[in-house]
Amino acid sequence: MMKIQILGTGCPKCKKLAENAEAAAKDAGIEHEIVKVTDINEIMKFGVMMTPALVIDGQVKVVGKVPSPDEIRKWLA
Amino acid sequence: MDWKSESKKFVWIAAVFLGFFFLPAGVSRFDNAVTESLELTKWYAREHVLLCLIPAFFIAGGISVFVSQASVMKYLGARANKVLAYGVASVSGSVLAVCSCTVLPLFAGIYRMGAGLGPATAFLYSGPAINVLAIIMTARILGFEIGVARAVGAVAFSIIIGLLMHLIYRREESAKAVGQAVMPVPQVTRPLWQNAAYFASMVCILVFANWARSGDVRAVFLCCPGGLTAYKVEGTLLSRTAETVTIQDTTGKTRDVSAELMLGVEDVRKNAVYEWVYRLRWALVVALLAAFAYMASSWFSRSELREWLEATWGFAKQILPLLLVGVLISGFLLGQPGGGHEGVVPVKWIDAAVGGNSLQANLLASVAGAFMYFATLTEVPIVQGLMGAGMGKGPALALLLAGPALSLPNMLVIRSIMGTGKTVVYVSLVIVMATISGIVFGAFF
Repeated sequence: MMKIQILGTGCPKCKKLAENAEAAAKDAGIEHEIVKVTDINEIMKFGVMMTPALVIDGQVKVVGKVPSPDEIRKWLA
Repeated sequence: MDWKSESKKFVWIAAVFLGFFFLPAGVSRFDNAVTESLELTKWYAREHVLLCLIPAFFIAGGISVFVSQASVMKYLGARANKVLAYGVASVSGSVLAVCSCTVLPLFAGIYRMGAGLGPATAFLYSGPAINVLAIIMTARILGFEIGVARAVGAVAFSIIIGLLMHLIYRREESAKAVGQAVMPVPQVTRPLWQNAAYFASMVCILVFANWARSGDVRAVFLCCPGGLTAYKVEGTLLSRTAETVTIQDTTGKTRDVSAELMLGVEDVRKNAVYEWVYRLRWALVVALLAAFAYMASSWFSRSELREWLEATWGFAKQILPLLLVGVLISGFLLGQPGGGHEGVVPVKWIDAAVGGNSLQANLLASVAGAFMYFATLTEVPIVQGLMGAGMGKGPALALLLAGPALSLPNMLVIRSIMGTGKTVVYVSLVIVMATISGIVFGAFF
């Protein structure tokens, strides 16, 4: 199972990123779990200072912007 | 039945019912405040949305998409030059903190993984005050001087606060382990001058479209009988009797000022260049729009433009509802700016608390601002309301400098990042600095 984490303190961009990730994962048809990380100290542990950020299976894929579902799909493969 | 969620609904319904049951409709102060609130909102809708807010959203959207944030962040990383880091931290809020929700993660990042406590606090202090939307709104609604003072004051004091924090805690600093930050990958983009020209054309469109007519006379009057704060309104004199002076200000709004508040009416010396720009403003705007359209179509790819539009729409969606509520509340509580308008709160109270430019008025404004929570940009209508109700320019700046940088909820987050001691020191520094800058500004303007 793939673990997708959305890092962000809860601004609209983070919600958009969560939606896009959900759409991409559904589209790819993989078993997944989306977790939102909102605690700022937890976010820091990933070494991320610009939110929103997307983490797939523990790896930081993108920081500081909202990628489109198509872009996210590439990382899911 | 889910008792917990149902009881919550019940409490809400009961609260709304009780609110209407005891609604003071018919009481003149209340009815008047409702009218004031609606009129203030109408004035915002007419004067500030189309020509000012909408272009500002496009600029903010453009900055968040086209300016490479990664290139700024490299100056704030762990190995950055310390002197440069303070400078960059104090001004980078205009590029990095377009949305207030990004300030805290960036602050935590710079503190933990980047240039350290000093630059991080410098960024935390200046960021909310110098983001583009805040500067544009402040200058437009509260006046040009206060807009500039807010930006300049925030930058200057952020460096001082950052350095002081660094000095107070310099022992701990060196012992701190440095983590490695994941920086965003810089995209290959167009040359800097193209970006600069593009943003310059947008800013010029904003400036020229809002070029105000210069008035014929300037009226100086007090906020309330025997008040501490005086206003200046520029416009055309419509009538002057023994009881009232009627003036149409440069935005086309008619104001009646009773003679007991009037300090004087002076003629405005006209500036020829200013007048010419006013006459040619639409021609300038059209020319700039043409240049802008050319740049957008030839330098930017279609997907970049779509991203820009999305970011702009994102800001509008996020900020407009908050601002609407902020303006309604501010109008209800404080009334429209200018003599003779009152909301629920009597003008005399405001004047006594934060009128003039005393130490006490500035300190009160700073402390109140530091603890109060302002949603993005709502500090502008609130300060406008307060200024209209008798707040002096100094305390207004103090509130603007302490307000958006701090609030009770964000103090708690800051505390979880750097601990109680540093947070208390930081908050006290902000309050002291805001108070000082308020007094200095109030003494000059």
